[in-house]
Amino acid sequence: MLHTFVAYVEDLPGVLTRVASLFRRLNININSLTVGRSERPGLSRLTLVCEASAEAGHRIQASLFKLENVVDVDDIAQAPSVTRELALIKVAATPQNRSQIFELVEVFRARIVDLAPESLMIEMTGVESKIEGLIQVLNEGEERILEICRSGKMTMRRGHHTSRVLRAMGAGAAERPVSEDDPANAVEESADIEPA
Amino acid sequence: MGSNANTQEANAHLTTPTRLTGSEIVWATLVGEGVTDVFGYPGGAILPVYDALRKFPIHHTLVRHEQGAAHMADGYARASGKVGVAIATSGPGATNLVTGIATAMLDSIPMVCITGNVSSKVLGTDAFQEVDITGITLPVTKHNFLISRTEEIAPALRQAFQIARSGRPGPVLVDITKDAQQGKAIFDFATAKPRAYRPHPMLNVEQHGLESAVELIRNAKRPIILAGHGVTESGAMEQVRTLAERTQIPVALTLLGLGAFPASHPLNLGMMGMHGEAWVNHAIQEADLLIACGMRFDDRVTGTLASYATKAKKIHIEVDPAEINKNVKVDVALVGDLREVLEELLPRIGGRDGSAWLKTIEASKGASAVRDIKNLPDDGHLYAAHVVHDLWRITEGEAVVVTDVGQHQMWEAQYFHHEKPRSLITSGGLGTMGFALPAAIGAKTACPEKEVWVIAGDGGFQMTAAELSTIVQEKLKINIAIINNGYLGMVRQWQEFFYERNYESTPLVSPDFVKLADAHGISGRAVRTRAEVESAVHEARTAPGAFLINFLVEKEDSVYPMIPAGSALHEMIRRPDHDPLLESPEDL
Repeated sequence: MLHTFVAYVEDLPGVLTRVASLFRRLNININSLTVGRSERPGLSRLTLVCEASAEAGHRIQASLFKLENVVDVDDIAQAPSVTRELALIKVAATPQNRSQIFELVEVFRARIVDLAPESLMIEMTGVESKIEGLIQVLNEGEERILEICRSGKMTMRRGHHTSRVLRAMGAGAAERPVSEDDPANAVEESADIEPA
Repeated sequence: MGSNANTQEANAHLTTPTRLTGSEIVWATLVGEGVTDVFGYPGGAILPVYDALRKFPIHHTLVRHEQGAAHMADGYARASGKVGVAIATSGPGATNLVTGIATAMLDSIPMVCITGNVSSKVLGTDAFQEVDITGITLPVTKHNFLISRTEEIAPALRQAFQIARSGRPGPVLVDITKDAQQGKAIFDFATAKPRAYRPHPMLNVEQHGLESAVELIRNAKRPIILAGHGVTESGAMEQVRTLAERTQIPVALTLLGLGAFPASHPLNLGMMGMHGEAWVNHAIQEADLLIACGMRFDDRVTGTLASYATKAKKIHIEVDPAEINKNVKVDVALVGDLREVLEELLPRIGGRDGSAWLKTIEASKGASAVRDIKNLPDDGHLYAAHVVHDLWRITEGEAVVVTDVGQHQMWEAQYFHHEKPRSLITSGGLGTMGFALPAAIGAKTACPEKEVWVIAGDGGFQMTAAELSTIVQEKLKINIAIINNGYLGMVRQWQEFFYERNYESTPLVSPDFVKLADAHGISGRAVRTRAEVESAVHEARTAPGAFLINFLVEKEDSVYPMIPAGSALHEMIRRPDHDPLLESPEDL
């Protein structure tokens, strides 16, 4: 199954190697790893996604905690949470076919962040399936993708909401995870809960 | 953990902040941490540290190979419970430590290794004798540090000691660049103190877990306590004993658990696992409750997991949360320091009648209790089991025995009956050949008043035999028993059982070990028959200096019983019936 770990680690040289080395030793491939500063001074926050057996979660979390530079570890598992990914996509585009891409970008609630004579750059934030959706549409159309840069997943647990609030937000019952893999969910979800 | 604490009180004078060089700070911090002995080998990148050594009350043992330094620090820690310290230079000095560090890691031994490195401005340039030792040792240390600033030395070293001795102990490496050693900084032992120790956040001893454990123990008909290295590490010998005696539950030991529960105790079943006694493994397979105390269900004690103790509920008391449900799924996990958990558990546990189960086990011993030899008539054969048994009998079990790895190690575990913790020092997890001789030097340095015996095979002994010089230079009284069968015996045994007796690369030509000892200035003699064993052991014990006995034992003897790797715990290879190795009643 897909595991998502969120960890606070000390912002020091070599810490990422220690974290990555743990997965290397278990022969587990890291699907995505996102690291950046956190709200806690001197600590970075990382989101790590990997494929491993269901039972492996406990041991990975316990092993991460054994690393001296790891301060906090959360095994998100099925808990209600919000996951986002940022993608920059550079597409070959001429003045003749730009408008098509503009339409597409509008539908996917993405943004154009760079416009050059022969290309443009799309910035999109969302769940993985939404980004996959845009890439698929671009690939299937006339457009030629020149470059893709994806941040990997960032995950944060939801706050403690009543189920009524969550329903109003379109996120389902409090304890039910939001299905992020269902492409049909993607655009709708973004419309409902993503701030503009 | 209390038992791992080196004393700090005696060094209160270090509280006055002083301006020192990085090298002086290294030693001053060690003194502050209570270190009195270190094991090392100098070289270019650590020379400033060596230059400052004579100003400090620390005894340095010059080794012959850095692997020896790591094993000595390890043996020192195992014998004393204190943190062992090894020192090496950069590059090859540092890489030579690695086997010793991994050995300590696998057996959870508190150890601090200090290495020099090239100056910080040439780090990463493949400078002379530069190697990325923090990168290399990352998976075999509990933690490591790369220190390139003088003022970071004391805090890093102090934290290294805390990490090494806390929770589940382990080795820590501190790599210090040469310029950091040469620079100057204000040294203040007190303010360099490590941040508060953070227990593993997943330690968890809940009320309902304790209650479930009590309930399982109360209702068990066929319970067994499995005691491991954690009993000694946590200092929980008394608590385990109280638990066993109050509930009349028998105790089976892992290899590293030997000594943690007295061998002579009526509730002691003996060693479990691959070369454990038949009745111990049978009892585990029949048990309805296993109480695992400070052990990790290693593959050498479980056999194949699918058939391991399938009838038993399992309680696991363990300090490392990552060990829970790793190999064996348990019913109740009490995750914490063993001694503390048992102290919480014991007041809730009442007396219990265990006689029926104990009788069943006793009955199952039957013929299998007539183990290999103990008192074979002197017909020209010398068996390793003879040697170990006689050593135990003559030393009255009081010696600290340091073994190498292989057949002799298993015979030692079977025939030397350990009454006290830290009386058997052996490489369990990593199974490092060459461990015995240097580890014994560490053990003797830690406990000069104790009688120390090395038991090593002819193969493993040659891996680190150069440390004989260290014994002489340090004037250590260490007795060495080489169990010499002319083979890499354990490998030969596997070839016999599983590779159709294809003895490829296991026959071994060795030097005349007595002459080798003599060349070092160590007395010795060869023993070929059992009749000579007693006088040789006596001669060794009374010799003023180190003594080596070359026991030329039966060449193709095997360790029985044996569970083939990957088999179930009850599928043992037993000693063939026609074998003459039966013990006489008077030796039982």
